[in-house]
Amino acid sequence: MSNKALEVHNLKKYFKTPRGMLHAVDDISFSIEKGRTLGIVGESGCGKSTTGRVILRLLDPTNGEIIFEGRDISKISQRELRKLRAEMQIIFQDPFSSLDPRKTINQIISEPIIVNKIIKSKKAIEERVLELMETVGLAERLINTYPHELDGGRRQRIGIARALAMNPKFIVCDEPVSALDVSIQAQILNLLQRLQKQYGLTYMFITHDLAVVNYFSDDIAVMYLGQIVEKAPAEDLFENPVHPYTKALLSAIPIPETGKKPKRFLLKGEISSPINPKNECRFSKRCSFVVEKCKNSCPGLREIKPEHFVACHLV
Amino acid sequence: MENKNIILDIQDLEVRFEVDGEIIRAVNGVSLTLEKGKTLGLVGETGAGKTTTALAVMHLVPDPPGIISNGNILLNGKDVMGMSKAELEKIRGKEVSMIFQDPMTSLNPVFTIGEQIAESLEIHEQLSRTDAMKKAKEMLELVGIPGSRASDYPHQFSGGMKQRVVIAIALACNPQLLIADEPTTALDVTIQAQVLELMKELKEKYGTAMIMITHDLGIVAEVCDEVAVMYAGRIIEKGTLDQVFNNTLHPYTEGLFNSLPNIKDRKSELLPIPGLMPDPVNLPVGCAFEPRCSYARAECSLRQPESRMVSDHMVCCSAYDHPDFHIKRKGGKYVE
Amino acid sequence: MSTANSVKPKEQKKYSASKRYQKRSQGAEIWRRLKKNKGAMVGLGIVAMLAFIALFADIIIDFETDVIGQNISQRMQLPSRDHLLGTDEVGRDVFFRLLYGTRFSLSVGIVAVIIALVIGVVFGAIAGYFGGAIEEIIMRATDIFASVPHILMGIVIVAALGASTLNLMIAVGISSVPQFIRITRAAVLTVRHAEYVEASRAIGLREASIIFVHIIPNCLSPIIVQTTLRVASAIISASALSFLGLGVPQPSPEWGSMLSSGRQFIRTNSLLTFFPGLAIMITVLALNLLGDGLRDALDPKLRR
Repeated sequence: MSNKALEVHNLKKYFKTPRGMLHAVDDISFSIEKGRTLGIVGESGCGKSTTGRVILRLLDPTNGEIIFEGRDISKISQRELRKLRAEMQIIFQDPFSSLDPRKTINQIISEPIIVNKIIKSKKAIEERVLELMETVGLAERLINTYPHELDGGRRQRIGIARALAMNPKFIVCDEPVSALDVSIQAQILNLLQRLQKQYGLTYMFITHDLAVVNYFSDDIAVMYLGQIVEKAPAEDLFENPVHPYTKALLSAIPIPETGKKPKRFLLKGEISSPINPKNECRFSKRCSFVVEKCKNSCPGLREIKPEHFVACHLV
Repeated sequence: MENKNIILDIQDLEVRFEVDGEIIRAVNGVSLTLEKGKTLGLVGETGAGKTTTALAVMHLVPDPPGIISNGNILLNGKDVMGMSKAELEKIRGKEVSMIFQDPMTSLNPVFTIGEQIAESLEIHEQLSRTDAMKKAKEMLELVGIPGSRASDYPHQFSGGMKQRVVIAIALACNPQLLIADEPTTALDVTIQAQVLELMKELKEKYGTAMIMITHDLGIVAEVCDEVAVMYAGRIIEKGTLDQVFNNTLHPYTEGLFNSLPNIKDRKSELLPIPGLMPDPVNLPVGCAFEPRCSYARAECSLRQPESRMVSDHMVCCSAYDHPDFHIKRKGGKYVE
Repeated sequence: MSTANSVKPKEQKKYSASKRYQKRSQGAEIWRRLKKNKGAMVGLGIVAMLAFIALFADIIIDFETDVIGQNISQRMQLPSRDHLLGTDEVGRDVFFRLLYGTRFSLSVGIVAVIIALVIGVVFGAIAGYFGGAIEEIIMRATDIFASVPHILMGIVIVAALGASTLNLMIAVGISSVPQFIRITRAAVLTVRHAEYVEASRAIGLREASIIFVHIIPNCLSPIIVQTTLRVASAIISASALSFLGLGVPQPSPEWGSMLSSGRQFIRTNSLLTFFPGLAIMITVLALNLLGDGLRDALDPKLRR
């Protein structure tokens, strides 16, 4: 029995737009082992959020395989999918819009339990809700409050409690702390870590914040315009970044320390369009090291060191 | 004292909002001075009162429901509170400019970006339309946008470019003070790096004094000379960048540093500040940070801490009544 | 409880019921906000009074004598102690007729709007949720319907079905349907893409459940506001049709037909048109004030 919680092969998601075919996710492959965290990092438009949703089949893939616990779920029916919902869940970025404003905390957290008929008795459901609230650090007295009465940090805890309600094995965390204040971010990150250790959860952690992803992930995949440009264990990525985009990304992080800082890798220009991309390296227009080959073919992901993959012609 | 070098002098500013019969105490006694050409980082989390303070400097606090109940704001020696509407309009955009967080809504979608830059020039420098457009194109080049794009509309630009346009508008009349309210929060990190570099260059070139409002201590370290940390409407620590970062005094500031994942040491534990910022409608009698403070003593909840000088800079914390007190963070690093 | 999963339930603990922490109803919050709006409270007061009159009209007033009993010797009297608002051309007390007429106006207004509500919300929700060809068909049909002037629509329907209170309700109701379709569709479109809808899919909720449990409750605010305002315009439409003789038949004291019969005497006794007109105006004003107040009270963005 494989110890991989999730394997993704050649996943593609294209959207049809009036201006052409938008390649949101373009042929990515990766795997995550049980109990570990894969961080997916990138800026807006790189396709990381779309990836998260396609893996959970909230969006249907255009092509590719999604192998969850040894089973390909990329093409199974909605009915079959519903049976799997208990195992794979998602925590959303925006704690304001991911909770129904007309439902109480009790109703929000108990909904997955009721819908999937996991527990039948009303009393037992309530006990489970209180248990979950305690696990995520929500005071018991809040059980009948509405989301708008609470702050962002507490709302995010509700989202986490809801995701845990069905005892999932795999959770996609889509920028779970980006909308929160710094001190609350730290509280939530600690909570997520504790839950992972306690319940052996596998996380796919999507974020644009490199400091957070470094802290939180075992392995990191860097995405740019729908493709993975570098993938390595977290320590390795930060100490030896190879891809020019990764280097630029890392050097762009403002460091909260005084003193002289290493010279920045500044990128030129802006991100290009993901619509009808040509057969070239998508990063070539902004790369300081571009050569002729980069404009003629799109580099594939290659293993240059054990567990360290890069998509670049110059390596 | 008339110090010709001081561009902004805020004394005991208090701002409150009266909504639905409740009083929101947004700013509770803020004092700071800024010298010409220097950059002050105004740091704090949501609700600390940073934006309200900035709006007060430009007398832009919406009234009603906002009331400036106390304090003086001297801009270049002139009292902002006493100015007439006409006088205020003259200085806004000319002596003091502001850029806001969201570039999407800062620009008027029905005018070209060239027109929006030129507008400021026409009003304050009394340039003719042609001259103003010419200078507008120069400003665009200055912020890294081809001048030929002056006739394009905001929706044709990306977020990062829109923010550059906003910077161009703000700097068009060469103001002495620029207030930037979280200017890069909505931008991607690589674009943020570009915009911060740009702001640093322009600051050098024009000698503009700047107030950088942010919650990101990394940005503060990049751009600022001085730092003021706000909590619940008060400045609780203030000093130079070096002083605040490497000789941190206030427990809240320490808590902010501890909440940040350390990029160099991924194993070090995150030490979040427990609890939440107090409700500005219900501020406690004593120190507003006391419920969350790990160094709190009995007297902290009884009265407001006074601001005082400790070692080399200002801090507002009662614990320093005791001469032996020090927080755990020393020299920019966590130490027992 | 299944224990084959990774998150194990805690050990047995005595949890008390959530009854201890009462649910603070959203209704109470809305009422509190509504109370602050003076105009809305005035409107609500007037509407409540009218409703009271309509409900108990039969008990207060004797239909035979006061409302339709003719008394030619007493005709065209000016307001006096015996007849508070005077008498009409056949000697009937205007005041009592107005009071009784409240029944017709309110009932036609409410029933017509209920008809429009039921049809409009269903089609609007379908159009908004499914989009595509279904939405196109429904919306274009709505556009065609809406392009016919209300009065004309009403005339056609009543002419076809005959003049009676019920047919008046149907006519006015049908001409109000397009508004409800549009409002519902717009509300559904906004809510459809909300993240909490996506979240409920991630939990495994079926599409039909999502519509009823999450989408429609969040669309209620604009629909409720629209309902109040439409009752007002339904009353005006009904009065207009009655004025044209196509509504409630004589001698029923519907305000519109009172206006119509008073028309011929406008030079000699303009009070006969003035009072029914005033009644219509006050009712519509009250409903509009209430509707505006509701819109503000229900707007979740109007927080502190």
